[in-house]
Amino acid sequence: MISRPQRILFWTLLFSSVLMSVVLLRMRERALDRLLASGETMPLNPPTGAPVQNVTMMMANDMDGSLQPGYQNLALPVDPNARAHVILQHLILNYARPNSKHPIAANKGVNEIFFINLPLEANQVLPGTMAVVDLSGSFVDAHPSGIEPETLTLLSIIATLHANFPQISQVRFLVDGLQRDTLAGHADLTRVYLASDSPGVKHL
Amino acid sequence: MRWIEERCRDLTLGLILAPLLAGALHANAQSNTPPSTPGKVPSPPVPTEMTTSPAATPPRAAARFVVVIDAAHGGADSGARLSNHLLEKDLALALSVRLRSVLGAHGIYVVTTRESDGAIPDLNRAETANHASAAACISLHATTSGSGVHLFTSSLTQIPMTRFLPWETAQGAYAEQSLRLSSEIDSAMRHADIPVTLGRTALQPLDSFTCPAVVVELSPLNTAGKVTALSDPDYQDRIVATTAAAVEQWQRDWRQQP
Repeated sequence: MISRPQRILFWTLLFSSVLMSVVLLRMRERALDRLLASGETMPLNPPTGAPVQNVTMMMANDMDGSLQPGYQNLALPVDPNARAHVILQHLILNYARPNSKHPIAANKGVNEIFFINLPLEANQVLPGTMAVVDLSGSFVDAHPSGIEPETLTLLSIIATLHANFPQISQVRFLVDGLQRDTLAGHADLTRVYLASDSPGVKHL
Repeated sequence: MRWIEERCRDLTLGLILAPLLAGALHANAQSNTPPSTPGKVPSPPVPTEMTTSPAATPPRAAARFVVVIDAAHGGADSGARLSNHLLEKDLALALSVRLRSVLGAHGIYVVTTRESDGAIPDLNRAETANHASAAACISLHATTSGSGVHLFTSSLTQIPMTRFLPWETAQGAYAEQSLRLSSEIDSAMRHADIPVTLGRTALQPLDSFTCPAVVVELSPLNTAGKVTALSDPDYQDRIVATTAAAVEQWQRDWRQQP
């Protein structure tokens, strides 16, 4: 014969177990809801809904050492840093295409671009914005070595940035977040480059 | 910051020592000159100093026309891979040796920054060039991109000549002279039907040279669909001969300068 206190204890424990199961199931559902809600705000897909804009690409030509403007319609994000990143990625992608006049093997391109408002110090006179371009190591490794191709690549990046972001007056280059002496053995990456205003076809 | 003491001190020393050196050399030449042989054409004077090692400092003389040849790269720094069997450092050195010989045969005093396949830091190259007080500095490079010859001068803007110049941007004081030298070589190359691309670049040790300085970057010759490789000895000879002719013309212009 089971005593009365034992029966009360049994039913109490059973009720508690059922209640805890319900609470756990409810908490799991809420956690799943939170996870799905946070996932919706992540930019997993390209911004195909963004307005398409006409972008100027200053394309290098190894045969005559010139930069010639080309135009491309691209869907660009709103954030300026992300927009500059997309533009430079397409510029470098163009150089990896067959029959490119400034061939660079396919690579990761640019890691990141960020803008810094000038002047950084009170004694600096140049106004505007400095663009810091963080090139990927794979881009540098894939780049052909030579003064002309290296200089043209840097000028092409600088001129393309300046054409689409006129406020950019200076450009600095990093490789995988660190300063590097040269691009591929020649062009100096330790200095700050000035962006010029001359439109149209440019020469070295 | 490292500073360069300008040529004023050197020139002053040169003006003081020149008469003494000239007198001594004249006396030495008179004692060492062999009697000329009838019917035999004397060989052109080849300066013995042209084999100066990078570490050696040439004797100074006022208004002496000195050319510095800088063969790029060397040692572990091989530069561009031009083909399976040719590296930029080797081609630059070969061109340097040949250009030195041609200029030496024309009586031009030459100082080289690299004589063998060794790693020479940019700092040492600039020191060698700047101690030579050269009238022209020619840096030799090569690449597989483009066609013909690429002539580069420093992208630094002209700055006034002062007693002290910042090491990293010393070439700025010679920007206009470098452009004139580049124009001289450009003209000679075009006369030789070699396509030329002119440009300006940021490059070490070029930016530290205190002399009219030009980078001559050789690339394959692409004319009318026919490609001449960098390894072609005739093409290399044309480049060397044309560069030497340009330097001789520069020497004539240089002598006419006040």
